[in-house]
Amino acid sequence: MKKFLAVLMTATFGLAMAGCNAKPAATTAAATTAAPAATTAAPAGDGLIKVGIINNDPNESGYRTANDKDMKATFTKENGYDAKFAYSLKNDEQIAAAKKFITDEVDYLLISAADVSGWDSVLQDAKTAGIKVILFDRTIDADPSLYEASIVSDMRKEGDTAMAWLEGQKLPEYKIIHIQGVMGSAAQKGRSGALDDKAKANGWTIVTQQTAEWNAEKAQQIVQAVIDKGDKFNVIYAENDDMAKGAVAALDKANITHGVGGDVIVMGYDCNAWALKELLAKKWNYDGQCNPFQASYIDKIIKDFSAGKAPEQKTIIMDEKGFDATTITQEDVDKYGI
Amino acid sequence: MTSSKPLSKKPFVQKLIAITRMQLFIPVLALLILVLFNLIADPSFFIIKMGTNSAGHPVLSGYLITILDYGSELAILAIGMTLVTSASGGQDISVGAAIAIAGSVILKVLCGNESRPDHMKAPIIVAFLVACVVAMIFGAFNGALVAFFKIQPMVATLILFTAGRSIAAWINNNELPIISDESFSYFGTFIPGCPVPTPVFIAAACMLVIFLVLKFTNLGLYSQSVGINPSSSRLNGINPAVVKLITYIILGLCVAVVGLIKVSRISTINYSVVAKDIEMDAILAVALGGNSLGGGKFSMPASIMGAYIIQFLTTTLYKFDVNSSALPAYKAVVVIILVVLSAPVVREKFNRLTKKPASAVKEGA
Repeated sequence: MKKFLAVLMTATFGLAMAGCNAKPAATTAAATTAAPAATTAAPAGDGLIKVGIINNDPNESGYRTANDKDMKATFTKENGYDAKFAYSLKNDEQIAAAKKFITDEVDYLLISAADVSGWDSVLQDAKTAGIKVILFDRTIDADPSLYEASIVSDMRKEGDTAMAWLEGQKLPEYKIIHIQGVMGSAAQKGRSGALDDKAKANGWTIVTQQTAEWNAEKAQQIVQAVIDKGDKFNVIYAENDDMAKGAVAALDKANITHGVGGDVIVMGYDCNAWALKELLAKKWNYDGQCNPFQASYIDKIIKDFSAGKAPEQKTIIMDEKGFDATTITQEDVDKYGI
Repeated sequence: MTSSKPLSKKPFVQKLIAITRMQLFIPVLALLILVLFNLIADPSFFIIKMGTNSAGHPVLSGYLITILDYGSELAILAIGMTLVTSASGGQDISVGAAIAIAGSVILKVLCGNESRPDHMKAPIIVAFLVACVVAMIFGAFNGALVAFFKIQPMVATLILFTAGRSIAAWINNNELPIISDESFSYFGTFIPGCPVPTPVFIAAACMLVIFLVLKFTNLGLYSQSVGINPSSSRLNGINPAVVKLITYIILGLCVAVVGLIKVSRISTINYSVVAKDIEMDAILAVALGGNSLGGGKFSMPASIMGAYIIQFLTTTLYKFDVNSSALPAYKAVVVIILVVLSAPVVREKFNRLTKKPASAVKEGA
């Protein structure tokens, strides 16, 4: 019985392997036969621009979901694109996807890299193959000659915008609970750095500085611990909306008023629609934008390239706003909420 | 060896040794250390205050309440994890991902296809029951892999550990629904008018149920005997596979309850971070309870106590402003101590040590 099973297993395994082997072989065969046809057909053909888009997993956050939707809405057949998408939170899988897109002979490779390093050789391959690379959302540590443009958010600028707003509130004293994102991420570094510098320069007190790893519940526990301890504070600076929400839950439990006219100022990031509604209801005070809508910028760059124009700047930093609860409108919520 | 003359030992020393052998010894000792540490460092740790929340309802607050509140979800998980550990001799590492699934199901049923509904589409109890069924199915999936395919529990549950959060996101089409109805938040916070956090009551109910189940059914006996020796329990008419399967399904039920508490706390969910690393805390609770992670005999009260002790440790560390990213390192120290203490080599040494002084006392007196 055991032997029979073993034979059966090997047989199915072998078959499965054969199946796996057969598939890529078939596609490459199709590609090679199709390629000459494509080159002859291209001038007279559909004229679609082939783009390979490598992104992080859309589940990662509301930001990413909005980003992915924006990409999908822009790079459509109607707009003259033949877009293929690949998703992964892992750098090596993303690089493998990039290699596949290069063999597929895409015209443009759009990359939101999971990790800053390890991209040199694959970008070199792309360059050799005449494929233009455009980075969006995240930069990488590679020679700038390897890519044509990068469209990114400047997290430090976001932090500085928020700090300028906070300074403008002219509080008699600043006692801040600082809830950080995952340590070492670009968003955390930029947004924390802005606060650290400002606090040092102005002599603000940081009551506690803890990472909640973007997690609402952890943020709740951190703020709860400060409340239990009896420390006084009047600002909660959370590096994303989820964590601000968790912090507010702890405040509500302890009957500490927050928002416009409240005892504690609540600050968040990312401009989720629900968070902007909290601002509109004056329960929070400030929300900084982290603009996920890069697709229109990329679209313009590609159209310029087709017209023979190179982009004016290599690095394009996106416009990002900060919303104040006293001035936000319903239109802002509809337009900028993600 | 002096074990040949146990009768001549002093009763006091004998009792002391007997206490160290009791299963509750480890958790009680750990708790005592934590309590003493806090008492010396800052006695205000134990202050409980009566206040009101922003809705004007009376609530209790203080570190001890926080521990009871957050420790409760861990205690509920520890119940299921103890049974799984006992019967299958391994742990389920997919509980965090399964909580994400259960939470996602609850929100899906309550929100329908809208992500910001004005009112709930179904009664909460219906949503909870659906989540229970789904979580038990996933539990049964894990259990079937372990019981019938004889895959190592950690490897079998690795599947759901990897895939679970994506499944949770898929259930709600990657949306992050938010429930604005006040009554949904009662399960994770307070029922108006009751100053004690609701999770405490939910945990108490779970404990009562498991106490009755263990008292009036053979579940405890069966899972222990299967864990100690599956083949001899089969010879005695117990079907080991079915017993293992049942323990995983019970864990699934515990997961659904915790899922409800988790999503209720903040009225929404974030698939990638909800209940992150909670499986490690649940396993640690079982280990802290002095239960063998290799299966067999278990003590349910000790595991539950273990769960609250872990929260005690977490809250203590928060109080002293220990960097929260360093918390796992402190827990790792606890794990190291526990694992080393329970290693057979150390046990034997320890046994010899406790016997020698005993005989020395006798000769001295």
